[in-house]
Amino acid sequence: MAKRLPKKDVVIIGLGWTGSIMANELTDEGLEVMAIERGPWRDSPTDFPPTYMQDELRYRIRHELFARPEQMTFTFRNKMDQTALPIRSWGAFMPPNGVGGGGVHWNGEMWRFLPSDFVLKTHLTQRYGASFLPEDMTIQDWGVTYDELEPFYDRFEYTCGTSGTAGNLRGQIMEGGNPFEGPRGRPYPTLAQPQPFSHTLFAKAARELGYKPFPQPSGNLSTAYTNPLGMKMGPCTYCGFCEWFGCANYSKASPQTTILPHLIRKDNFSARANSEVLRIEVDRTGKRATGVVFVDASGEEWEQPADLVILSAFSIFNVQLLLHSKIGKPYDPVANVGTVGRNYSHQTISSVNGFFDPKKYNFNPFIGSGSIGMCVDEFNGDNFDHGPHGFVGGGYIGQVQTGARPIESTLVPPGTPSWGAEWKQTVKHYYLSTVKPGTGVHGGFYSYRDIYLDLDPTYKDRFGRPLMRITMDLKPNEVKQNKFLTDKFAEIIKAMGAEKVAPTYRTAPYDMTTYQTTHINGGAVMGTDPNTSVVNRYLQSWDVSNLFVLGASAFPQNPGYNPTLTVGALAYWAADAIRTKYLQSPGRLIDG
Amino acid sequence: MTDKYSRLSVHRRAVLAGAAYLIFRGSRANATTILDHLPWTPNAGNPPDPVTLGPWVYFTPDEGRTVEALADQIIPPDRETPGGKDAGSAVYIDRQLAGPYGRQEGLYIRPPFMKGMKNQGHQSEKGPAQEYREFLAAFDKASKSRFGGKPFFELLTEDQHRFLKDIEAEKVKLDDVDGKAFFAQVVKDVQMGFFADPLYGGNRDMVAWKMIGFPGARYNYLDWVGRHNEKFPLPPVGLTGRAEWNTRAQR
Ligand SMILES: Cc1cc2nc3c(=O)[nH]c(=O)nc-3n(C[C@H](O)[C@H](O)[C@H](O)COP(=O)(O)OP(=O)(O)OC[C@H]3O[C@@H](n4cnc5c(N)ncnc54)[C@H](O)[C@@H]3O)c2cc1C
Ligand code: SF4
Repeated sequence: MAKRLPKKDVVIIGLGWTGSIMANELTDEGLEVMAIERGPWRDSPTDFPPTYMQDELRYRIRHELFARPEQMTFTFRNKMDQTALPIRSWGAFMPPNGVGGGGVHWNGEMWRFLPSDFVLKTHLTQRYGASFLPEDMTIQDWGVTYDELEPFYDRFEYTCGTSGTAGNLRGQIMEGGNPFEGPRGRPYPTLAQPQPFSHTLFAKAARELGYKPFPQPSGNLSTAYTNPLGMKMGPCTYCGFCEWFGCANYSKASPQTTILPHLIRKDNFSARANSEVLRIEVDRTGKRATGVVFVDASGEEWEQPADLVILSAFSIFNVQLLLHSKIGKPYDPVANVGTVGRNYSHQTISSVNGFFDPKKYNFNPFIGSGSIGMCVDEFNGDNFDHGPHGFVGGGYIGQVQTGARPIESTLVPPGTPSWGAEWKQTVKHYYLSTVKPGTGVHGGFYSYRDIYLDLDPTYKDRFGRPLMRITMDLKPNEVKQNKFLTDKFAEIIKAMGAEKVAPTYRTAPYDMTTYQTTHINGGAVMGTDPNTSVVNRYLQSWDVSNLFVLGASAFPQNPGYNPTLTVGALAYWAADAIRTKYLQSPGRLIDG
Repeated sequence: MTDKYSRLSVHRRAVLAGAAYLIFRGSRANATTILDHLPWTPNAGNPPDPVTLGPWVYFTPDEGRTVEALADQIIPPDRETPGGKDAGSAVYIDRQLAGPYGRQEGLYIRPPFMKGMKNQGHQSEKGPAQEYREFLAAFDKASKSRFGGKPFFELLTEDQHRFLKDIEAEKVKLDDVDGKAFFAQVVKDVQMGFFADPLYGGNRDMVAWKMIGFPGARYNYLDWVGRHNEKFPLPPVGLTGRAEWNTRAQR
């Protein structure tokens, strides 16, 4: 039996980006808030100080800051008629663990989605007709619009100090920014970061080809900044050990640098680290959450009762906790009923490496930051006419090279042996003059009827519960999209002056062993219809009205951008609904 | 703060000292409660342990010699830069296999183990340490049967090269081991040790970083981000400093 703790007003599951945002908003409302975090407390001086943080083997290759598969993993298969096997060691994505969540070791690429992304189904059907969409595609509108979210995008950008150049200021297109972005109320809080050599060369080539390049919006700050909570950040030093690593410099926006020091000093907030929530408890009606049960590091179980439960455990863990708590109806792709686990998605990414003549080009490629980069957005979302191309969706492309850590950045052109004297000479020849854009092609991933999450029939976690099963593949629409974007990207790399251009395309089957971002989405999607969504437009559970589910699990499909700015904006949006609507009269905010 | 119950003892660093997964191995440490202030402990931290030079920790002497020979084939010495052997790649692999990596620590190793598709990832109860042992035994046997009883490390370098090419082309098959796939793993590991920080046993004296022009564990390029197409002038530095900084006893 779990030992029962005194009741709180609010319990928050997971103290990463969204948990920190929500905790700060609800403590401002005077509520007693307890956050429960699975992993340890983490901070720069202790966990990633400048004396030993620049360790590629430890942090990148051996995943020091991430969850261990032994703690929690998933099973995976491509198709419904295959047997799913466990992900024994991380590959395609890398789940977070510990206070700060993914905010600790993310890149900080901070994109707004396009206005049309939020009404995708309506928009595409109007423009191309319903028959243009693949039959098994299950995209839908979000139930919230860009204009509604704009003030909350702004809040999160100003919390983080985001560095960038506005492209659309209250409807006016601005030189040097992204002309395709939705209108923003005010400029970015800080100026765009200065760019290293290869990034500027990319921008020049793109401009000459007729595109409108702009600096990637960045959570690695160009300058010192004090946010509205009084948190002070320093300028990024382009150390080149950013994504996978923590920032030792207080330059990367994270819960630690932007919210937690302020939050933790509040009397009505407390948190427990090293405590994993096992399930959300509901009362006999099944319509009201009564709190959560968690297990501490010694294996002891505790019950934390609360009036309001916030599930902010990162998208895929949200879905898993809903399934383990038996909240909502699990999705059944055959009968096409149920919602929990439906519309799972990822990101369709690829890249093109460019090898330049070292006598003419020295890029000092080790100088970089997690979200540095020059990008073009001509081929994102529906920014171009898809009519002739036979696919929908798109992505941004850009030289977003974040550094050149040697284990992963000693590349050789295709056709070079992978070992031996020639390999060694070629590595030496090209290291300083290679363009390696990481996620250079960053495409969307739309949702499909047979791509989903459910519970595995065979494999169990360390508590004896079924692992969650991922059924995931790449569909022709995404493969075509990627081919188109990668070819466009390769043209720009060639125009930069590369003597050898090496594209790699994303192809089917989906591969669980190669990293493809940790932008995994859906499974508890938001929407206007309880038959096709788990949460309403305020991220409130349709089934259990005192439960809100934050994170990218709410995305009905994934646009061609990184998720977190939208994830954070949605958390502020949900917090606003709780503060201004729910607390006035707790209960369903929308009838379904 | 009114909640008495949450003032549980804070054994923070005791919990955190190892990696997070330690806490699932029956450690008695309590969960940590964070309130009022950042849970700060002076001098806490978890710096890496540099490997110590000396005899093999995991390999037998013959295994060690074989891996050294493999390392020199994969990264042959040349006039400017030592090969994989002298750079310490075999030492790196030995120490990795002797540590948590060799034992698959932190990975999901619950049964059943089924053979899957390549894109479902490694599915074996055996960790890298055991797999290396089995590969090296089969490799040794194949070398001896082809070259009149000679182990790989005693072959002429041209013969070694040809033998590896044949394994890659699957012209030579190893008993019970996928020679081609495992050799690809050895290539990866030798190169990883060559480019990792010297504290792991490879990249001795930062030879690999000097070869390519990587300045190492520096932290601040603020003055350099805008200096385009200019060579960065400073030599590399590792997490444990640079040979010139250390006393002779430390070298
Ligand atoms: C290497 C990397 C690079 C990335 N780069 C970018 C980028 O450039 N741009 C971008 O937009 N996004 C990026 N992301 C994604 C970004 O990190 C996430 O979108 C973001 O952190 C999500 O916020 P969240 O609050 O939903 O989850 P998180 O911030 O991950 O927080 C969830 C927290 O819940 C905890 N938790 C989970 N389960 C439980 C449980 N059962 N009990 C208690 N606690 C639990 C976790 O330990 C974690 O601390 C990146 C991710 C990674 C891994
Ligand atoms: S690149 Fe900048 S933001 Fe990233 S870790 Fe280094 S100093 Fe911090």
